[in-house]
Amino acid sequence: MKAIGIVLAGGNNNKMRELSNKRAIAAMPVAGSYRAIDFALSNMSNSHIQKVAVITQYNAKSLNEHLSSSKWWDFGRKQGGLFVFTPTITARNSYWYRGTADAMYQNISFLKKSHEPYAVIASGDCIYKLDYHKVLDYHINKRADITVVCTRLPKDEDACRFGVVKTGEDGRITQFEEKPIVTDSDTVSTGIYIIRRRQLIELLEKAAEEVRFDFVKDILIRYKDIKKIYAYSMDTYWNNISTVEAYYKTNMDFLDKDVRNYFFRQYPDIYSKVEDLPPAKYNQGSNTKNSLISNGCIINGQVENSILFKKVYIGNNCTIKNSIILNDVYIGNNTYIENCIVESRGTIQANSSYIGEDGEIRIVVEKNNRYVL
Amino acid sequence: MIKKEMIAMLLAGGQGSRLGVLTSHVAKPAVAFGGKYRIIDFPLSNCINSGIDTVGVLTQYQPLRLNTHIGIGIPWDLDRNIGGVSILPPYEKNTCSEWYTGTANAIYQNLGYMEYYNPDYVLILGGDHIYKMDYEVMLDFHKSKNADITLATIPVPIEEANRFGVAITDENKRITEFEEKPEKPRSNLASMGIYIFTWKVLKDALIALWSQKGCDFGKHIIPYCHQKGDRVFAYEYNGYWKDVGTLGAYWESNMELIDLVPEFNLYEEFWRIYTKADTIPPGYISDTAAVNKAIIGEGTEVYGEVYSSVIGSGVTIGSGAVIRDSIIMKDVVIEEGVHINKSIIAEGAVIGANTQLGVGEEVPNKLYPNIYSFGLVTVAENTQIPSGVKIGKNTAIEGITLPEDYPNGVLESGETLIKAGDRL
Repeated sequence: MKAIGIVLAGGNNNKMRELSNKRAIAAMPVAGSYRAIDFALSNMSNSHIQKVAVITQYNAKSLNEHLSSSKWWDFGRKQGGLFVFTPTITARNSYWYRGTADAMYQNISFLKKSHEPYAVIASGDCIYKLDYHKVLDYHINKRADITVVCTRLPKDEDACRFGVVKTGEDGRITQFEEKPIVTDSDTVSTGIYIIRRRQLIELLEKAAEEVRFDFVKDILIRYKDIKKIYAYSMDTYWNNISTVEAYYKTNMDFLDKDVRNYFFRQYPDIYSKVEDLPPAKYNQGSNTKNSLISNGCIINGQVENSILFKKVYIGNNCTIKNSIILNDVYIGNNTYIENCIVESRGTIQANSSYIGEDGEIRIVVEKNNRYVL
Repeated sequence: MIKKEMIAMLLAGGQGSRLGVLTSHVAKPAVAFGGKYRIIDFPLSNCINSGIDTVGVLTQYQPLRLNTHIGIGIPWDLDRNIGGVSILPPYEKNTCSEWYTGTANAIYQNLGYMEYYNPDYVLILGGDHIYKMDYEVMLDFHKSKNADITLATIPVPIEEANRFGVAITDENKRITEFEEKPEKPRSNLASMGIYIFTWKVLKDALIALWSQKGCDFGKHIIPYCHQKGDRVFAYEYNGYWKDVGTLGAYWESNMELIDLVPEFNLYEEFWRIYTKADTIPPGYISDTAAVNKAIIGEGTEVYGEVYSSVIGSGVTIGSGAVIRDSIIMKDVVIEEGVHINKSIIAEGAVIGANTQLGVGEEVPNKLYPNIYSFGLVTVAENTQIPSGVKIGKNTAIEGITLPEDYPNGVLESGETLIKAGDRL
């Protein structure tokens, strides 16, 4: 493809509560066997983008481990590759990334050294499949300066945590408000943009000169009337996971057969780093209903309407209901867990009980000692 | 300069004809195992876990699946600048061109490959056993005995020793005598088909016996070296080791994996088994499903009931289906209401709704009683079985079968139904 990819994966926010203590949102495990960033990376790979930069800053270790090789997403190594950029101190700069535009500006040499004419910018915390080719075709067709991929939220979802847009008849964006207090539009930006690489360099340099750091506020919204900024509307599954409620709901969506078929069984596939775990094992006396079970799990108890991530151990006589158990959790015998998200690498002692009140997901972080067999 | 202390040569060219229709389109080492793996994953993982990073895989029979599985060796960390995994098929030469005619002949034809790596020792492996073994410990034994050849052996019950080649050793573990499938065994140390050769000894023996027809390690090379007075030792291995050469043994060793704490435990952190995993998503167990005592692979969707079975990845099990004591390999589709008892169903097969497998009396298979026994139903890969038929025990089915292939809707016990398709 004629584009490079940039994944903005630096972020974190307090709406993820305890889950954000140890990782960037892009590194959140999703749908049992993936991490959030796999979706953006796989979309890039499946759109034949060979060269991708991941820009990250909050607890970068959590992502670095996952992004250990470009092989997992089939990116190139010599012709292209996967680059992870964290803030570094240089002779000219001693700041962290002060915003999305600043994050790209600090790595502008990557943009300058590339030869591909376009850049696809995506965030690492959204769950979707998209052929960026189609967006690029639209972008070229419209002779746009910037194309913003937009989606319409379902009726019950609050648009106010997103960038809300209104478009003219031809698709040109006429209004763009970032996280407004109230809005009458249900069309939001997905945080996916296509822009000519040289145009991006120019805009980033201009913003830096003016000491402006945010791509949305200081570039998209500020240039809205003088640059041709178009909305590409995407009508397939899309979800942002950056609140606990959205994260919980997005995972639970995968208990729906159509969602699973769309992501797991239809071309193209979503790739992830493979961890070489054995298949899941269901022992005598276990009882599993309407649940996703990842590899490496061993189940002895009862699991219902839940998602078990990799390498979870469920002891005898346990009941796990409407819950998400993240990677490598050991749950001792006779434990009851309902409406919870159990943080990864936790160890839950036998005979304990954790119940989230209705409508309020409880986050369980337990670091007990574990007997290693 | 290139220098490797020990390289491995993995013999993966055999058909494994006793696995019947399971190996009609794939070599035995590429047959699926344990819901996720292929048999060759075990020796390959043993190699990398033992610190051997140069492995030649000798292929001959139906190599396509093996080639795509191994690729450049990424899953086993065997994609290396120097060494790594190399697939070694038979090739054309300017004097004569021949297939690999025997195990040692295959190695002989690849002297050039071994020479390139300048090894001190060469490890010869088969591709048809399930085990975890540290070849480095065996090499230490080899060195400490100042041996020319070391055979890996495993103690077997003396009453079963007549099925194996057994080694009779002195108190120093040096082999004094061999017996191939002896009627009255004088030792219970069975050869595992794993050898460490000091490079020069191997090279000389292969060249000395180059004209031997069907040159074989067990039949020719080892006896030749032994007679010549080379120091041949028996290394005793005491872990889990399973020959999965017959359908019964293959079925049994899969079933052992679902024990509460299996003797061969894939869930241990130590000595992990690697494989090329194409499927990543988690498995889904629905409201209508019941799963007990089972292993279920990635991306499999279960709407029916599964008891005491090993299910591969990407399988669909329809509602109302009941599966017992069976092995289902990847991407199989089992439609609604199917009953499956004690069957092996290979990759990509489709079983039509309400069909029953493994019913009725057990009768020996009429055509191949030695292959299709143990009461098993064996279904080859990409086979299609129509809806609503009944299939007896000790049967084998291959190809796109139609309702008219089942007189009165039944394939009686002991029958074999093989339809040649448009594939080789």
